[in-house]
Amino acid sequence: MHIIETGNVAAATGVKLARAQVVAAYPITPQTPLTEKLSEFVESGKMEAQYIPVESEHSALSVCIAAASTGARAFTATSSNGLLYMSEQVHWAAGARLPIVMCVANRAVGAPWNIWNDQQDSISQRDAGWIQMYASDHQHIIDKVIQAFYLAEKMKIPVMVCYDGYLLSHTYMPFEIPDEAMVDSFLPPFSPDYALDPGDPQNLNTVTLPDVRENIHGDLAPGYMEIRRSLHEDMRCAIVELGEIDKKYYEIFGRGGSPYVEAYKCDDASFIAVCLGSLSYHLRDVVDALRVEGIKMGVSGIQIYRPFPDQALVDVLKSAKGVIVLEKAISYGNQGALFADVKAALYPVKERPFVHNYILGLGGREIKTIDLYNALKDSCTASEAKVDTPRWIGLKL
Amino acid sequence: MGNGKYGSVKSHSDPGPGDGGKTGLWRVLRPVIDLEKCIPAKTDKMACFNCWVYCPDGVITKTIQPVIDYEYCKGCGICAEECPAKAITMIEESDFKNEGE
Ligand code: SF4
Ligand code: SF4
Repeated sequence: MHIIETGNVAAATGVKLARAQVVAAYPITPQTPLTEKLSEFVESGKMEAQYIPVESEHSALSVCIAAASTGARAFTATSSNGLLYMSEQVHWAAGARLPIVMCVANRAVGAPWNIWNDQQDSISQRDAGWIQMYASDHQHIIDKVIQAFYLAEKMKIPVMVCYDGYLLSHTYMPFEIPDEAMVDSFLPPFSPDYALDPGDPQNLNTVTLPDVRENIHGDLAPGYMEIRRSLHEDMRCAIVELGEIDKKYYEIFGRGGSPYVEAYKCDDASFIAVCLGSLSYHLRDVVDALRVEGIKMGVSGIQIYRPFPDQALVDVLKSAKGVIVLEKAISYGNQGALFADVKAALYPVKERPFVHNYILGLGGREIKTIDLYNALKDSCTASEAKVDTPRWIGLKL
Repeated sequence: MGNGKYGSVKSHSDPGPGDGGKTGLWRVLRPVIDLEKCIPAKTDKMACFNCWVYCPDGVITKTIQPVIDYEYCKGCGICAEECPAKAITMIEESDFKNEGE
């Protein structure tokens, strides 16, 4: 069934279809309508779940950590400072290998206070050990939320599904709601290896010393470093698993095919723009305009940022002359985080394209199509010189 | 890449003495009970046991002569602090070096 609704409703509907059993969230703009919708689903009996109201984001994720430890499928959502407030638990959920799914409606981080869109919030959590998916439209949101539960439970790694605040969270767009029975056939109920059980008590995530030690049976138990390395290795495997999940999803629902990088007119492109989120669709207009002028432009929207899909990205970018990375976040004092990742991925390529970096849209600064057009045109024509510092689009002072 | 047994390496274990490692190795000061002063030892009655109650590691026995398991006692000194008979003295671990422990 197709409906016209907001991105937040798309996310909530995905969570309902995935049959999340515990929802704990604290409202924060622009995520609020998502949690309201979920509480409405639960209250009206449309969704069989515990909706647990909490006093903060830190508690919201703590509740999900506890719920997932008992074997429940748990979901939360947040934005901006709310995500940062739960940051301690964000790291914990990953280290504890709990398959929680969290939506992040991307919003700028204070100070100064700002409720509008950029992606600094989720990018700042890049190294927490969560899988991060980025949606470009409402269909992506609902599909990725459903896939996220599958991926999280398969890998035993929590997943963030990130989508641009307002631009996606509050705008209305048509999208297809997957059929409930088909979602059930795609996503089996969560069956954890171990769920908290008073009849079979276990120690979970107790103090783990720097070195390995024997457990009470005399077997060598992993130390902190082994546990963390395993998280990293499993994260890398998540890339492969996502490909499998995407195939399965495609077979059932007929959507998918680009789990890592969604490439638009990149096959013959001399220049390729790279970004996260809805900006990749905005840039399609610019690509079309530049192509009219004979500039072979393409755009690639990265679908999964951690683990980083380096190989898939290199496959798309390797024959281009230039790559332009546009970001709504910055690693202060260095450059855009995605820019650094793209350059690192391209390093082994012999004939490397040049890579430029633009920072834009921070704190909801309007991203004008004409500005994108001018920036891309400048990068494609004016110089192929190595510019290794980010340039800014839309600055007024 | 990978064996499909994702998340098999994590902090998850059966509980029991020693699951946190041999914490006795952390000890700098060793609590030693003077049985002449210890109330249950002196009176032969199941009395007091403040040390047993307060020890955060649960390594003191609730027996007529309370016994401390030095394999896991971290030497925090709480037992000595809580003993109403001042029967427990914290002694430098280095003083026991030559005992071949
Ligand atoms: S607290 Fe002191 S007196 Fe009481 S049982 Fe322990 S050692 Fe003996
Ligand atoms: S209270 Fe502290 S010092 Fe006393 S026995 Fe327990 S761990 Fe050792």
